[in-house]
Amino acid sequence: MAGKNWMPRWFYQLASPRWCYQITGKLLPGFVVATLLLITIGTVWGLAFAPQDYQQGNSFRIIYLHVPAAYMAQSIYMTMALAGAIGLIWKMKVADMVAKSCAPIGASLAVLALATGAIWGKPTWGSYWVWDARLTSMLILLFLYLGIIALNSAIESESTAAQSTAVLALVGLVNIPIIKYSVDWWNTLHQPATFKITERPAMPPDMWIPLLILVIGFYCFFAVTLMMRLRNEIIRRERRAGWVRELLMQQRG
Amino acid sequence: MADPLLQVVDLFCERDDRVLFEHLSFNVFPGEILQVEGQNGSGKTTLLRILSGLSRHYEGDILWRGTSVTDSADVFRRELLYFGHQAGVKAVLTPEENLAWYAALDSGIDLKQIPKALHAVGLTGFEDVPCHMLSAGQNRRVSLARLYISRAPLWILDEPFTAIDKKGVATKEALLLEHASRGGTVLLTTHHELDLSRHVRRINLDELSGT
Amino acid sequence: MSETKLQPLAVAQHETEYRPGRIFVATLKRELQLALRRRSDLVNPLIFFLMVATLFPLGVSPEPTILMTLAPGVVWVAALLSTLLAMDGLFRSDYEDGSLEQILLSPQPLFIVVLGKVIAHWMITGLPLTLMAPLIAVMLFLPAEGMSGLVLSLLIGTPTLSLVGAIGAALTVGLRKGGVLISLLVLPLYIPVLIFGTAAVDAAVTGLPLAGHLALLGALLALGVALAPIAIAAALRISVSG
Repeated sequence: MAGKNWMPRWFYQLASPRWCYQITGKLLPGFVVATLLLITIGTVWGLAFAPQDYQQGNSFRIIYLHVPAAYMAQSIYMTMALAGAIGLIWKMKVADMVAKSCAPIGASLAVLALATGAIWGKPTWGSYWVWDARLTSMLILLFLYLGIIALNSAIESESTAAQSTAVLALVGLVNIPIIKYSVDWWNTLHQPATFKITERPAMPPDMWIPLLILVIGFYCFFAVTLMMRLRNEIIRRERRAGWVRELLMQQRG
Repeated sequence: MADPLLQVVDLFCERDDRVLFEHLSFNVFPGEILQVEGQNGSGKTTLLRILSGLSRHYEGDILWRGTSVTDSADVFRRELLYFGHQAGVKAVLTPEENLAWYAALDSGIDLKQIPKALHAVGLTGFEDVPCHMLSAGQNRRVSLARLYISRAPLWILDEPFTAIDKKGVATKEALLLEHASRGGTVLLTTHHELDLSRHVRRINLDELSGT
Repeated sequence: MSETKLQPLAVAQHETEYRPGRIFVATLKRELQLALRRRSDLVNPLIFFLMVATLFPLGVSPEPTILMTLAPGVVWVAALLSTLLAMDGLFRSDYEDGSLEQILLSPQPLFIVVLGKVIAHWMITGLPLTLMAPLIAVMLFLPAEGMSGLVLSLLIGTPTLSLVGAIGAALTVGLRKGGVLISLLVLPLYIPVLIFGTAAVDAAVTGLPLAGHLALLGALLALGVALAPIAIAAALRISVSG
């Protein structure tokens, strides 16, 4: 179609499910190794070797799970909205599949962030749930994910579902900063000067380096799960294409 | 022959894992009446919805006066009259109010023509009756009255004769001929045997469907 | 049949001009006319509003001191739910009788028609809710100082609710079970309006200046007017296409 020619070539190649399936197949092992390495190193370092927190003792160590999960839940939403926008504008099927694969991963990481936050809350605040600004924002982010998943599963036609959820994801993307700002503001209004669990001005390198490693590890983990889901989705949707049949024949031997 | 008004190039559409049509190409010229035929479920309505721009689940190109309809949607919509399965008539409004709304949507319509159009479809005396008090056929007629007031060259009509009596159908057929003779174009589906068969070109979707 | 009844064809290349003002007024007029002929649609959200507000004294406590602190939130939440209740019907009847297809196929700019529909919808739901809110506030013992804050915040906040809710309505219009789904999609997006709206009432009750809160609500409304119609228009085209 007209007006597309200014995009680089790899962009079109990405649009081909077959090419995408092959390239993710090549990338996948590397990412699996990186994920395992980074998460193992980060976890062992964080749990066994990082120093205790002077205020919270050992209970702070849940940060090594909570913070990466919370980061990922937010980044995955961005990825999903971006992929949705690409699918909407360039009618690219692979982008639709990426967006669809992102939602459940993001939602589960948001649940993980909320659960670890609640577990952390018990020793810190004395109760499992406190209407802390960050936790509340995370809860609303989870709601946004659930809305997207619900809409996607309610629409039967796959391409309509992809387009509708892309619009919803973009609307959510515009809203996320507003929600975040309003919740922060609401929080200071109602409970001033609570102890913020994730805002620590000076962390010694021994504490934050494993955290950084784990954040990168979680990114790789996301890449792995996304690619696996994407490959499944490609195979499912392209099941009638010739190359998928050949592939299945090869695998059966 | 003049340039085609509408060009359909290599159209492909699948629904629920079933290919409705592929490699579908045809041209429509001014003054033509084109009837889309096929069994139930062969994709007649889908084709008309794609051509009108309502459905975007297709691959291929549709050109109106030589430019793609996606690029010049505004121009195309100004020259299109679409008549769908649902009549698009608001039940709580009167026929006159319904048509006035169409006039607002399409600024080419002259409000003064509305009473004449209602007369032409046999709804004189019902101008002020809310449409929910009219019969199904009368409701379709309210919508068909648009044909008399519209200035659009391209008419896309999906089963326009449903619930219309015999005499009404004859009048409408004459209307289609008149539209064609003034250089307009009609694309339609219908289960009625058309009397104007020799003026009509046919496209059969059954022959085009894939597996 | 030989007499010419037809109008002359539009001369190719379009002497017709855009008149966005005209189609906006026509949409507004049509929507209000439709609402006035179906009065129950007009009254139902108001009754719902009253009922929800009644549940709180019954469920929590009739004690004025308790209700007083709850009042801003309760009135706002009830107003929010009532708007949501009315939202599902915004495009549904047009979708079902085929009018929506005709709107999408008209050469008129869709976002203006959409904006007209949403504003009309606000005039028949949000505005009456705003006017009725003081009555409910009195029943919940909201101090008199808070009334101005309540009415003003609802006046600026409810149009935003209508705009955002319309996105959900447009996305779900093609679905049979749109009613519950629309709440799931839209409620998280309503949270900022709820926060700033109730904060405005709280500020008014305690005698703090209101202007800041109202300005924030105004900013949300401005953003909504600018962006929501684009999203609604896109969502409608997608829903009808499916």
